[in-house]
Parts: sequence; structure tokens; C-alpha cells
Amino acid sequence: MSQVIHDPDWINSALTAARPQAVSALLRYFRDMDTAEEAYQEACLRALKNWPRNGPPRDPVAWLILVGRNAALDGTRKRSRDVTLPPDELISDLTDAEAPLVERLDDSHYRDDVLRLLFICCHPDLPATQQVALALRIVSGLSVAQIARAFLVSDAAMEQRITRAKARIAKADVPFDAPGPIERSERLTAVATMIYLLFNEGYTAGGDPARASLCDEAIRLARLLLRLFQTEPEIMGLTALMLLQQSRLPARFDQNGEVVLLEDQDRALWNANLINEGIALLDKAMRHNQPGAYQVQAAIAATHARAAQFSETDWAGIDALYAALERMQPSPVVTLNRAVAVAKLHGPSAGLSMIAPLEKALSGYFHYFGARGAFLLQLGRIEEARTDFDRAIALAGTPAQAAHIRNHLDRLLQDAKPNAK
Amino acid sequence: MLYTLLCYNKEDVVWSWSKAEDEAVMSRLNVVHEKLVQEGKLGPALRLLPTTTATTLRAPDMVIDGPFAETKEQLLGFYVIDVPDLEAALDVARQLSAANPTSVYEIRPIALYVPESRPNASKDRVKAY
Repeated sequence: MSQVIHDPDWINSALTAARPQAVSALLRYFRDMDTAEEAYQEACLRALKNWPRNGPPRDPVAWLILVGRNAALDGTRKRSRDVTLPPDELISDLTDAEAPLVERLDDSHYRDDVLRLLFICCHPDLPATQQVALALRIVSGLSVAQIARAFLVSDAAMEQRITRAKARIAKADVPFDAPGPIERSERLTAVATMIYLLFNEGYTAGGDPARASLCDEAIRLARLLLRLFQTEPEIMGLTALMLLQQSRLPARFDQNGEVVLLEDQDRALWNANLINEGIALLDKAMRHNQPGAYQVQAAIAATHARAAQFSETDWAGIDALYAALERMQPSPVVTLNRAVAVAKLHGPSAGLSMIAPLEKALSGYFHYFGARGAFLLQLGRIEEARTDFDRAIALAGTPAQAAHIRNHLDRLLQDAKPNAK
Repeated sequence: MLYTLLCYNKEDVVWSWSKAEDEAVMSRLNVVHEKLVQEGKLGPALRLLPTTTATTLRAPDMVIDGPFAETKEQLLGFYVIDVPDLEAALDVARQLSAANPTSVYEIRPIALYVPESRPNASKDRVKAY
């Protein structure tokens, strides 16, 4: 055990893991975010001093909550009466009257607390950028510098963003009573949206490790939510979707940091453990017979994951899933994605017909022109295709996106050459 | 004699490990695994997916999401080992524990062992281990 006791890594992991439950319990107790955070920080400092000496507590979360509470209360007492604090050794000894309280604190007790904490960060009054930053700071415990790096802003700018977010929520009215089922459901939905936003920030980031770690953080938060809400099919679906998308990371970028298209990815590099976990969660979700958008998107990702090679993709399955998604969350982008599957099944003309009505809605979306260009090219309408590809490149938001289209274009032009195949 | 070593740990801590930490633990464990293989002691060994992927059947019509019980530490995997006695089993557990210090190992003697009978079983190897 001596190796553990002197290794700061395991303490850090334990503190990181305990953070959401501990901070949210302290928040419920003190009803003030800053007090809860300070109490938690104080408890962590004492843990770092104490745990190497006395060994790890049986229940780190309970320990942190009790020590955090005492530290904050002692702080107020001290300020009001100038009483000497008991020495740290006494505070950290939980074998006395605290013990019964410790035993009662099992996970189910934390469910609504953690949900409340996450929900506060996703408050509708906050813009998405602030929601995500706040969640990373308060729930995940990332430092301001880490978050700033991940969002490619200066430390000062991120500090300001977080301060503004906290000020806004301080004014907002979040009830501290246990939420009823409808409220709980609404909170779960808002939190799921925020987590997926966070994931997408990391996913579109490319090879940059500081940004890519956002994906890991999003998955960790989703797993936490899943542990606390074991029977929610859309939370299973959300987690599965992220796991399946993340599984492709090792194959998504080449040595130059350029995007590798799904059809070109070396599937041997896909992370089999993440795929297995994703598919397992999806299986569990489907047993509930409560289809939802995350489950459907996860099912689409799973359909790709099950194909050993791109050519073996079950396009009929994907078409059906997109059709379901169109009914649940109709949007031109969903129809566009469906058209790709339809084209694989019924040819490029079918794809063209499906996306024709979308031109107005997607006139600023580079994927639209990329997809249409691809269909036109397959039909031999080279000049029209070229126009569309140029338009796509012009609309691309980032150099990475533009490179992605050029990549795609080069590929397609190569395939279209008379002596290819 | 055959024993199973059941490995328990706090799931949320394990999945809060950094990639470096995780790889460090796995590489230390693999050293122990190799040694056990050389010594002819290692039977089947498994690492399980998290309890969030578990489903429990309590009765034919009572299926619940999640593991058998909510516990402070969760069952993460297990080994079958072939050693002379409990002391020897403890010795193996100590080696594993040294490599993976935060885990708890339950040693349970095996009453009945049914060997692997699936035709392509020897080709199975989940990447994690």
C-alpha cells in the first residue's frame, strides 16, 4: 500500500472523481456556489495533507463533504468569535459520530444533487459557450488555463467568461428542493445537450490534444450521469453515441493532421473497447422501447462500427435510422445526411432529388455543396460538380474544412477518371 | 487448486485516470500476467465493461438496468488461477495489488470449473488486456 500513499496521482484521481458529488452536496448545504467551491477546495487541501499520512478514507466523497462543511462552518465561526480551530488530526478522524452519516451517503443520495449542479451550469440564461466553460470549471474541476487552452482563448478571457456566467446564475432562480419528475426530465435534457456540445467542441478540434481532451471529459460526465440515472435510455444513447464517435479517433487524422474521411479510415485502428461499450449501452437503451434522437444517432454510429469495411456498410439500415431521426428532429441537415445513404442505395439521382428542396435552407452550408457536387460528379456532370465544390470550399469555415473538401474533391475526381476502376 | 481472484475498485475513479495513469497500471499488471503465464498459473482472465453496461435479471419478468447491487467498489474483472493453496493465492493477489494498488482482490476457491468449450475461443483476446 505504501506505493499508493506516496503517489499523488491516485489522490488526484480520487479527488477528480469525487468532485461532482462533493461540490453538489456542499452546494445544497450552503446554497451558494462560491461557498461550496471554497469548502471543497479547503477539503482537497486537507486531503492532500492527510490521506498520504493516514491512508485513504473508505468513502472519499463523504470525507470531502464532511471536512468541507466543517471547514466552511469553522470559517464563519472563527470570523464571528475568534475561536481556535481544533487541529487537523481531529477533523480528519471520522470514526466517531460521523460514521453513521458516512454510511448513509450512498450514490442514490447524490442523484438530484449532481443533476442540480450540472443543470445550474446549463441554465437557459447562459449562452452555450458559458455553459460549457462553467461545467468544465465547476463540475469537472479543470483549471481556467486548461479550459482557455481548449477553447483557444486567453486565460484572462476565459476567467472573465466564467465570472460572468457565475454572476448570471447567482441571479437566476434555481430551486433547491428535490425536482419532480417533469423538472428532472427537463434538467436531464438540458444537461445532455450541454454534454454533447462539449463533446462536439472536442470532436471538431482535430488533433490538438488540449481540445481533444474535451471529448474525454464529456464522456466522463455522461458516464457519471448514467451511473446516477441508470434507467434513462436517452442518457444511454448519448453516452453510446459519444463512445462510438470517439472510438474512431485513432483513425481520423493522418500524420499531417488532416482529416481522414470515414470511407478511408483504417478500421483496425478504431478502439474496440469503446465500440463494445457503446453497442452494449445501445442494446440496453433499446430494451426500453422509448426511441429518442440520441439513441437513433448512436444506432447510426453503431451501424458504421459494425461494418468491417466501408463497402460493407448497411446503408438500408442507416437510411431507415435517418428516416426515424427526420421524424423526431426534422432538419435539413438530417435530410442531407439521409440523402447520402439514399444515394448509396438508389444512386446519385435519388440523392439529388432528396436534397433539391434543401438548397435555400442550406445555402450557407458547405456540406450541402460538397454532397451535391459528389452526386453530380457520379452522374458525369463534371462542370456543375466543379462549381459546387468551389462553392463548398468558399463556404468552408476553417482551413481544416476547406482542406477536407479539397481532399474529398481530389478523391472523387480521381475515381471519376476514365481509366480508374 | 483453482481460485478466482475478483477485482474490485471504484469505477468512477478508474475512469478518471489519465491515459498515462491507465497505461502505467496496465503495463505493471501485464508484467505480473506474463510471469503467471510463464509459471503456468494463469487461467482465464477478464476485464469487464463498467457497471453502467450491466443488466440484471432478478426474475423472468424482472429485468433491471445496472449491476446486481450498488456497492462502494464495483466488480471490474476477475482471474482464474491455479496454485497449491491459499497462501499461494494470496501471493498472486499481492503481486497484482502491488501493480494495481487501489484495487481490492477477493480470493474465492472454485467449486466447479467448466473449461472453455467454444470452438474459436483460443483466438479471443480483447485488446484491453
